[in-house]
Amino acid sequence: MTSPASSGDLGASEVIPSTAGGKHLDRAFRAIAVAAGLLVLAILALIAYSTTSKAWPAFTHQGLSFLTSRNWDPNQDHFGALDFIYGTVLTAVIALAIAVPASLGIALFITELAPKGWRSAVTYVVDLLAAIPSVVYGFWALAVLTSPAANFYGHIADTLGRVPVLSSFFGGPAFGASFMTAGVILAVMIIPIITSLSREALTTVSQDDKNGALAMGATRWEMLRVAVFPRVRSGLIGAAMLGLGRAMGETIAVALTIGSSAQITSHLFRQGDSMASIIVHNFPEATGLHAAALVGLGAVLFAITIVVNMVARVVANQTSAMSGVGQ
Amino acid sequence: MSFTFPHPRIHSSFLVSTPMPTSERGSTLIASMRSSRVAQRTLVALCASALLLAACGSSSKPASGSGGTGTKVSGTLNGSGSTFQKTFDQVAIQAFQSANSGATVNYAGGGSGKGKTDLQTKTVDFAGTDSLVKTADLPKYQGGKILYFPTVAAPITVSYNVSGVDKLQLSAPTIAKIFAGTVTKWNDPAIAGDNANATLPSTDIVAVHRADASGTTSNFTKYLKAAGGADWTLGSGDTVKWPSNSQAGQGNQGVAQAISKTSGAIGYVDFADALGAQLKTASIKNSAGSFVAPSLAGASAAVASATVAADLTYSPLNESGADAYPITSPTWIIVYANQADKAKGELLKAFLTFVLNDGQGLAEAANYAKLPATLQQQAIAQLTKLQIPA
Repeated sequence: MTSPASSGDLGASEVIPSTAGGKHLDRAFRAIAVAAGLLVLAILALIAYSTTSKAWPAFTHQGLSFLTSRNWDPNQDHFGALDFIYGTVLTAVIALAIAVPASLGIALFITELAPKGWRSAVTYVVDLLAAIPSVVYGFWALAVLTSPAANFYGHIADTLGRVPVLSSFFGGPAFGASFMTAGVILAVMIIPIITSLSREALTTVSQDDKNGALAMGATRWEMLRVAVFPRVRSGLIGAAMLGLGRAMGETIAVALTIGSSAQITSHLFRQGDSMASIIVHNFPEATGLHAAALVGLGAVLFAITIVVNMVARVVANQTSAMSGVGQ
Repeated sequence: MSFTFPHPRIHSSFLVSTPMPTSERGSTLIASMRSSRVAQRTLVALCASALLLAACGSSSKPASGSGGTGTKVSGTLNGSGSTFQKTFDQVAIQAFQSANSGATVNYAGGGSGKGKTDLQTKTVDFAGTDSLVKTADLPKYQGGKILYFPTVAAPITVSYNVSGVDKLQLSAPTIAKIFAGTVTKWNDPAIAGDNANATLPSTDIVAVHRADASGTTSNFTKYLKAAGGADWTLGSGDTVKWPSNSQAGQGNQGVAQAISKTSGAIGYVDFADALGAQLKTASIKNSAGSFVAPSLAGASAAVASATVAADLTYSPLNESGADAYPITSPTWIIVYANQADKAKGELLKAFLTFVLNDGQGLAEAANYAKLPATLQQQAIAQLTKLQIPA
């Protein structure tokens, strides 16, 4: 009749009609989405199954000493992976020790200090670091970093090497391709993920809380200490753990820079080897039990990274729950 | 498809051929597997498109004639394996393809171990290998009996970087002590004993070995096991348990680079890469008692004095001829004696014929030693054992 009424009719007809076909589509979509979700689990399970079954001959041959023995000598069929597990863990820990303070600093700079125009620029550049393929990092480290690093480590070893306790970590001889170099490269590679997760955690703190602290006469640092850090502590831990998981799984950059001479030592400037690196280096020529043992290393690495990631998720979720966001 | 594993080709050209740009959250295996597959396919695709162009279309055309060098053949042949012989293979393949415009031969490298595994599962038509197939593995070869065709040989140098020492002589026990880590200074009596008149500095020795498993390591350690006596305790293999104070390099080029950058370094490097990096090489004392500098002639002499078995396997390591360079590495192309496919079989035969005849003339320019005439004739004669369905 009148234009308002007809426009009302039009408005009603614009709502998508609830038809039988629509419901079917809904169900189909749901099924597809669930299948896609389950696919991820299936893939994980299949990987776990196939690596474990391929590695089974080595596991049964070596027993528990696969994890506890230091003797890895394929020519004698000895497969003790402890040196490589140590190398993987040590390089990841070095990486965290460098990357966590740096990332936290970058995240705080972005959220609290940077002028508005800078924020997106810094974020962009940090994210760009994550886009560089790891082989580029590795080759750059090998070709450019190792020589000056050996000199630099040499100077550190000459000075800190005289201090009683520090000498067992920083004493000579120092090598360009070493635990330290691999750790430094890993640190650069995990800074983006730790930074971006830390930044997200930091932005969950409401401006009112910060203003409140400032109003109480807190300095900027006191404000961070009182109002920000307690809220985001577990979020930061989660970020670090995700970085740790990534660092442990990293392969090619480590393989190129760790030095490839397996040993367990507290000396950070010596060569070592990691699980991922030994797999990369030896798989092409490995046969039989040796190949099975290398797959076994993969399975162990898989298990370790899954555990680290799960712990990280749990810790990170606790933050979200505590700060009342994310739900 | 069977569950084969990542073959990240880190060898002499590791910058170009190293796959695995990324590995996300511990799923290293998958990531590397996926990307190495991709790399492999890309490689094959690149080879196919770059080397062939027009021939792709005619690759299904059956081969014509008996496959001798005079007759043109066509089709596609795939191989993988030893990176040690890859440079020679590429040179030979290029020449073969320009002589037979319809033929494509792809050689993917990947290491002797990969070549053998690929041939076992018939993934490839031929494999390159620097080591023999273990008797226990023979039943795994799905195509039955295999034939060894020796192609070329090359010296493995012991290269070093010590300023002031331009001429170095080493005996096997001394090399063994250096690489086992028992001799640590350049002026050690063991080294001085091999070099009567040289002035040796007191510099620390940095022994450089291969980070990746390698046929070069295998042959080098086999030599030390044979000639080093009680001084060599590390055994032999594609990879051994090196002393922890040694350094490592990726591929022959990586070792060469580490030697040239490190004062006091010594390492084993294939001949071509030692020449390429302009490294100083040691003369090695052979079992006849003479010190021989690494050279293609020395390698040929070692092959010539080696005892060749009926299946054309031989070991030129630690040979006693006066001119024989003792650390000489052999290499073979292995194929199935019974070829299932007529066209493939004829193409394979033509390719092997080419490698063993015209290919030998290309070897020296690529820094490989050609086969001595007797062995060459034996290899050519063995071509008749290749069974091709009529």
